[in-house]
Amino acid sequence: MRSYLPAYDMRVPLELDEALETMARAPGEWKPFAGGTDLMVLLEQGKLAHRKFLSVARLKGLYGFALTDDHVTLGAMITYRQVQATAILQQEFPLLCRAAYETGGIATQNRGTLGGNIANASPAADSPPALLVYDAELELVSARGARWVPYAGFHLDYKKLDMRPEEVIRNIRLPRTKKNWRQHYRKVGTRRAQAISKVCFAGAALVDGGEINDVRIALGSVAPTVLRCRKTEALLRGSLTTEMVRAACDELAREIQPIDDFRSTARYRTRVAQKLLAEFLLGLIAPPAGDRA
Amino acid sequence: MQSDSMADRFIGKSIPRKEGRAKVTGRALYVDDMVMPGMLYGATVRSPVARGRIRGIRYAQGIPWDEFTIVTAQDIPGKNCVALMLNDQPCLADQVVNHAEEPVVLLAHPDRYLLEEARRAVELDIEPLPAVFTIDESLARQQVVWGEDNIFKSFLVESGDVESAWGHAHLIVEGEYETGAQEQLYIEPQGMIATFTAEQGLTVWGSMQCPYYVHRALMTLLDLPVNQVRVIQTETGGGFGGKEEYPSMIAGHAALLARKSGKPVKIVYDRMEDMAATTKRHPSRTRHRTAVTREGKLLAMDIEFVVDGGAYATLSPVVLSRGTIHAAGPYFCPNVRIRSQAVATNFPPHGAFRGFGAPQSIFALERQMDQVAKVLGLAPEELRRRNFVKQGETLAVGQVVREKVDMAGLMERALELSDYYAKRKRFAEENPRREVKKGIGLASFLHGAGFTGSGERYLASLVGAEATPEGRVRVLAASTEMGQGTMTVFSQIAAEALGVDYDMIEIVQPDTAVVPNSGPTVASRTCMVVGKLVESAVLGIRQQLLSSGLLPERYTSEQFRQACRQFIENHGALKSSSEYSAPPGVYWDDDKYRGDAYGAYAWAVYVAEVSVDLTTYEIRVDDFVAVQEVGRVINPVLATGQIEGGVAQGIGFALYENVVWQEGQMVNSQMTNYIMPTSADLPPIRVFFEEVPYAHGPGGAKGIGELPIDGPAPAIVNAIENAGGVNVNRIPVTPEVLMEALEGVHA
Amino acid sequence: MPEVRKVAVSFAVNGEPRTVEAYPMARLLDVLRQDLLLTGTKEGCGEGECGACSVLIDGELVNSCLVPVAQAEGSRITTIEGIAGETLHAVQEAFVECGGAQCGICTPGMVLAAVTLVGRQSAQPTEDDIRNGLAGNLCRCTGYMRIFEAVLQACEKSVGAGA
Repeated sequence: MRSYLPAYDMRVPLELDEALETMARAPGEWKPFAGGTDLMVLLEQGKLAHRKFLSVARLKGLYGFALTDDHVTLGAMITYRQVQATAILQQEFPLLCRAAYETGGIATQNRGTLGGNIANASPAADSPPALLVYDAELELVSARGARWVPYAGFHLDYKKLDMRPEEVIRNIRLPRTKKNWRQHYRKVGTRRAQAISKVCFAGAALVDGGEINDVRIALGSVAPTVLRCRKTEALLRGSLTTEMVRAACDELAREIQPIDDFRSTARYRTRVAQKLLAEFLLGLIAPPAGDRA
Repeated sequence: MQSDSMADRFIGKSIPRKEGRAKVTGRALYVDDMVMPGMLYGATVRSPVARGRIRGIRYAQGIPWDEFTIVTAQDIPGKNCVALMLNDQPCLADQVVNHAEEPVVLLAHPDRYLLEEARRAVELDIEPLPAVFTIDESLARQQVVWGEDNIFKSFLVESGDVESAWGHAHLIVEGEYETGAQEQLYIEPQGMIATFTAEQGLTVWGSMQCPYYVHRALMTLLDLPVNQVRVIQTETGGGFGGKEEYPSMIAGHAALLARKSGKPVKIVYDRMEDMAATTKRHPSRTRHRTAVTREGKLLAMDIEFVVDGGAYATLSPVVLSRGTIHAAGPYFCPNVRIRSQAVATNFPPHGAFRGFGAPQSIFALERQMDQVAKVLGLAPEELRRRNFVKQGETLAVGQVVREKVDMAGLMERALELSDYYAKRKRFAEENPRREVKKGIGLASFLHGAGFTGSGERYLASLVGAEATPEGRVRVLAASTEMGQGTMTVFSQIAAEALGVDYDMIEIVQPDTAVVPNSGPTVASRTCMVVGKLVESAVLGIRQQLLSSGLLPERYTSEQFRQACRQFIENHGALKSSSEYSAPPGVYWDDDKYRGDAYGAYAWAVYVAEVSVDLTTYEIRVDDFVAVQEVGRVINPVLATGQIEGGVAQGIGFALYENVVWQEGQMVNSQMTNYIMPTSADLPPIRVFFEEVPYAHGPGGAKGIGELPIDGPAPAIVNAIENAGGVNVNRIPVTPEVLMEALEGVHA
Repeated sequence: MPEVRKVAVSFAVNGEPRTVEAYPMARLLDVLRQDLLLTGTKEGCGEGECGACSVLIDGELVNSCLVPVAQAEGSRITTIEGIAGETLHAVQEAFVECGGAQCGICTPGMVLAAVTLVGRQSAQPTEDDIRNGLAGNLCRCTGYMRIFEAVLQACEKSVGAGA
């Protein structure tokens, strides 16, 4: 433990109102702390800059679940394990289940939460690309009230969120519009389990009679934030041709901004991102449930 | 264990691990589980730069420094070195630093959180000097960073006349191969507790492989006589070589703090410190030039083998020696020249890691064999078959193979078990249509058991045995249990030799005040060399009982117990000991660097099957067959576990484990970023033994621990080449490396 | 330096109610090992990667190095010391028999991860279930093969015993 522990404080309120009031009193003084799977690592390494945390992991108000004809609404504190076990998500939002399955080991999946993962804002997080593809919305709540924002655009820059310091994420809402879309998710990590992604791809397309009518492409680990690739998407309309695949791959390389770090190289990330896009697109014209091999 | 009949046999049986229950219930005590009254925690302030001159040490404000025990090089009462081979490595840097993370200042305090604040508040003022980070820079000697020429050690092996052979060659094939540093990554980090009093001297407890190495290092560092230093091994959570030499360093640090503070001091590294500061496998570069005849027979092998030793010699000379001797492999070749060097750089010293130089030189050789086969138009297995050394033939260092050896037979079995021929054919047919290509490859190799060369003769290991009044037999040896099964295997050997119940054997905790020096727990020597001494030591007990007439020729365990009790009543004690002597005819000439390099070799052929995904460049090992001849297998479950674990580390070495350096500092010193295989990354590892009893091993056993890490990397990279047609000659083959190699081919 | 007060945190450990005084962000791992002297829970990495510090909180496997003790208030914690009763748990028995433990440092965490697999599956888990279920527990000694075998054996015995 490289941190000076007596300098770190945590409160564990049980009611959301109480937590929001504490946060409203001096915005930014108390920061929300969910499953801790990332913040505790920073604490261990002596790199946790903020000192006062408000545990949100037990706030009953953050555990909602609602299913309507149009939406699935998940409380922000839903864990990765719960995501995987939720039937409606398995049926209509398989990319999210896959992302949850590929995040850490079982112990991490039992503690890590979807809301925490979003707020932690790692560009390498596994679930956000899926959430972007699904056009997720976030409900942000503070003592002053609640507001819904689209998830796309929520990450302004590296670790910078479009959220006020007195707000927490209460709900994540997924429109039930992608059920009949062809969907594809692939995480390329440093190993098969318990890995941080080097490139993470999520894609979905509405295909009708061989024509692409609508498409979503999102990637992780290739930019300062998880990235919805709208310029690439814009090229993908109508019947898929080899030229279109090539143009989309070229555009993707311009749209992402990968870096060299100790996990991988920018060259590798670019090349694999392109290949994953191509794999997704070629899969659209292949018969469904086709084997990669 | 039931029945008292002499027919009980323990060797060859999968007796459950002796300390197994303590381990599965969490009762086994590791060093960090121990607390002593008034104990302080110790921390190490390390150099942030790779090479430089220490101008000053500043203690920043805001820390109650008067509460701290502070130790620098000036506080060392004896010689400021980690005594081992060349004694060139200081225990605390004085005036100069030669690698990043080199220890400079030690701190101790009862509050571990405040201690961390204090560690950050010590400012080292170091004037940087130019540093050396590659083998080539070191060999070029633009900066001399060690001795007169940056060379820790060099060897020359010559048999026949390589130079005269080139002209007769049908083909000459050249290749260059590189291996990276590898972290041992024992899951229990390094740790020690030390106490010091004027009356009793120094006692240290800790995680280690070699109590007597630590003992000698502490005597030297603190200038204490033999009986004023006591070293006790606690349960050790893995070593793999990483706890061979480094424990002497951390024990020295704990001892200095304990001596100065007068209180017990515990130092346990966290993972980041352990990975960044302690030893790793030597990176290597090997160049091969191989001449073959038209018939596919090896005519000449010219090998240059260089290992990067890091900033201090530590064990580099002997690592180099083992790597050199294994560089020509299990083949017969009339003309061999091996030139090898261990060079200095400004990395933290590289050190012992399972295999000890052999995995590096064997990787190169086994890749080279595949290249030679390719150029000759022969199948890789066929080239090997034509060149395997046979009984009565001579290895490169002049050692005549006296044991029965059947490498061709081992290979056939491995190829059959892996369905090699059919798969090779099928993959060749299917690969053109697949985005995920499949490949299969093999490696054939040998590994010498016990110390290299004259090591065992110099060491002259001792093992003791004594009977208790309850009729139990205690085995006294400094050989440590670190997961590999020392306690269980020694108990089996002793019970077998005595013909008594397994539970009657007790293995005494290694404690230099109690056990004799049976040598370090390294080099695949514990079972074969020390186990043999265990056997003779306990037989000495039996012999005394037989001679005294207290024990009949045939006896039950109960009769044995009674005889012990009676003997001790009559004579006060029943003890025996045994000292190493080389098996007849085994001789190594140190000056000529020729002869019987090892008492015995284990022989093996490994086959790896891989998938290479051309979308992501990820490589997965799908199947792994390990066939080996290791003499008699004493405990099949433990032996299988040793092979499986070694293969897993070998797979990591081949594909995943990449130490990323920046200015001589490991920048991925976390388990999140240094990638070892998880349970989801490994194939079925299928282990098979051929058993040819070795006359001079206990119950016929040879060494086993290091062997399995030699074969996986070359077998896997050979399989990658089979899958994708790309020749990769450096490991680890990360997806990034594979991508660059493939783009080089296809660009 | 700003000093935060220690707080009282109460929970049940292996069925016993316990209260500790600790800094709120102290790692549950340290509280278990240092305050409650339950040293069977090990530290391998301190970053939630190796699983040596695995314990169960309310029956769920977690890395105790990543749990601030304040968040454990009111929970039920099971450590390796609470797994065996009069006799070893079927998983422990199988680890001893099959060679699932070598150096032993990952073993307590591995046993806890395995216990959740054995206890939870109504049917026999496949080897894939086991591989994925244990992927958060790193072992450097065994190559995992003996561990898989131990888990399979424990499952067979548990099913056989009607557990």
